[in-house]
Amino acid sequence: MIEPVLELKGLTKSFGALKVTDGVDLDLRPGEIHALIGPNGAGKSSLIKLVAGELAANSGSIRFDGREINGLDQIARARLGLTRTFQVSSLIPEFSARGNVMLAAQARHRSVFGFVRQVSRDRELTGEAMQALERVGLADRAAVRVSELSHGEKRLLEIAMALAMRPRIFLMDEPMAGLGQEGSSRLIGFLDNLRREAPILLIEHDMDAVFQLADRISVLVAGRIIARGKADEIRTHPEVRAAYLGEDEA
Amino acid sequence: MRDLVTEHRLNIVLALILLGGPLIAHFADEPFLVTLATRATILALAGVGLNIALGLGGLVSFGHAAFFGLGGYAVGILASHHQTYEPLMTWPFTVNGSNQMLVLWLVAVLVSGLAALVIGALSLRTSGVYFIMITLAFAQMLFFFAISWPAYGGEDGLSIYVRNAFPGVNTLRPLDFFLLCYGVLMLVLLAQWRMTGARFGIALQAVRQNEGRVAALGLSPYRIKLAAFVISGMVTGLAGALYVDLNRFVSPSMMSWHLSGEIMVFIILGGVARLFGPVVGACLFVLFEHVFGSFTEHWQFFLGAALLGVVLFARGGFIGLVAGRARHD
Ligand SMILES: Nc1ncnc2c1ncn2[C@@H]1O[C@H](COP(=O)(O)OP(=O)(O)OP(=O)(O)O)[C@@H](O)[C@H]1O
Ligand SMILES: [Mg+2]
Repeated sequence: MIEPVLELKGLTKSFGALKVTDGVDLDLRPGEIHALIGPNGAGKSSLIKLVAGELAANSGSIRFDGREINGLDQIARARLGLTRTFQVSSLIPEFSARGNVMLAAQARHRSVFGFVRQVSRDRELTGEAMQALERVGLADRAAVRVSELSHGEKRLLEIAMALAMRPRIFLMDEPMAGLGQEGSSRLIGFLDNLRREAPILLIEHDMDAVFQLADRISVLVAGRIIARGKADEIRTHPEVRAAYLGEDEA
Repeated sequence: MRDLVTEHRLNIVLALILLGGPLIAHFADEPFLVTLATRATILALAGVGLNIALGLGGLVSFGHAAFFGLGGYAVGILASHHQTYEPLMTWPFTVNGSNQMLVLWLVAVLVSGLAALVIGALSLRTSGVYFIMITLAFAQMLFFFAISWPAYGGEDGLSIYVRNAFPGVNTLRPLDFFLLCYGVLMLVLLAQWRMTGARFGIALQAVRQNEGRVAALGLSPYRIKLAAFVISGMVTGLAGALYVDLNRFVSPSMMSWHLSGEIMVFIILGGVARLFGPVVGACLFVLFEHVFGSFTEHWQFFLGAALLGVVLFARGGFIGLVAGRARHD
């Protein structure tokens, strides 16, 4: 059997009395898209934050490449190659689109203490940034300030920044949200190929996207995984229909 | 909206005015005005230092007078030992005083940088109002230490009588000393301009705008902010060194919270995060002090009014008013 890249065991996190993550087991294998679905407030984003190190787990283990990373902070985990995109776009507002991606490229090179050479003339960074922007179709918007980008463009910029990090795994929190029909279907095609570069843990509300893309689906309800399987198994799973899909159809 | 002029051109004009004014004053035989311009130049440098932390990094330090004062005391103490021929210490090795500005500046920069490293390492664990308060508290600690330390004048301060020396320059002549200070200011501004567009400056500005994002990319906001704080403290410390040579005197008042506030006022008047913001601000400050100060001791009332005007109607300060919003790539 193929070793998973990421493996969570018995992960638990509480905010006071609220258990947002309740004994979650989950893994991500090379080349796959593992979708995490669940109703609003189920704890999906919290789980990504736990993996990325933005939140600290109360108990349980997180193994990455066979190594326990629970003790590492967010910065160290990002450096190992766990790259997340944000549910609500988190960008540098005064920078241009290209400036944001260049920052990601710079971070990948772990290069901070340059004081003389101008980033705008840095072929390496601009090249990597433009390449990532081209891949998501934002190349012609490269020079536009983030605060002047549309909502959909900001979502794509999130993806471009993640690409520029050349991660080992992608943690994507609702990348389709607010993209619209056409944007979503283009992104679906893109992610479909992206899994070959690095596996994706994908949180998504868009069920069409999930059923098209996911190799496996885990269903999170109130912090617990209640079902896991391939698209067909999840579609017909009675508990899932009751807890989650039922809501959609109602 | 088209801006009146680009910021770059405006900066060149401002640099020329700051150079031309004292030159004219010199040839019109008004040495006092040259000295006034020197004072503005040095205060501007102190503001440039703070602007790196506050403007680029969003670190609202209310304790930068500490670095100004430490730079000043480094010069005062070494120069006074040089004048009395008494070594600073004899064990485990002998350290003598000095009257060479290059040596004094180096010491001033190292001392204030080290202090900024310690103060920053502790203060940067907090943010917002707590950061403001902790930096203020550290500066007040040093202020009271200087007051209560009798060896170097305590509350009365320390005179150095003769201005220190710089190779090839007669520092006793007002214009020469001005040109020296002006040269230092321009060099630091040039370095800051390069830094702002280089990897460090970019990372620092990103931290100011969205710290969480920078951390998610695997860069440490804490280390970036700490480095900025140290650079910032060093520049303000260098200004303190020049200030003591200007006045031939150092006293605890260089470390008072009033001074921390004044340095911050330069930046707000001139334009936060703008390269020449503190230069304009310090010049306006000195101008106000001189013009209104000549007929009322309550000249700070007018300064306050100007500050209020800027905060209410021109958030980008003078530079923002003339050159519009800052550009970024
Ligand atoms: N820092 C926090 N402190 C307290 N409660 C929190 C915190 N963050 C999240 N929660 C709560 O935890 C629960 C799970 O939140 P989370 O954002 O993980 O849900 P989600 O599954 O991503 O939902 P959505 O689909 O709406 O994005 C919610 O009830 C939320 O209010
Ligand atoms: Mg969420």
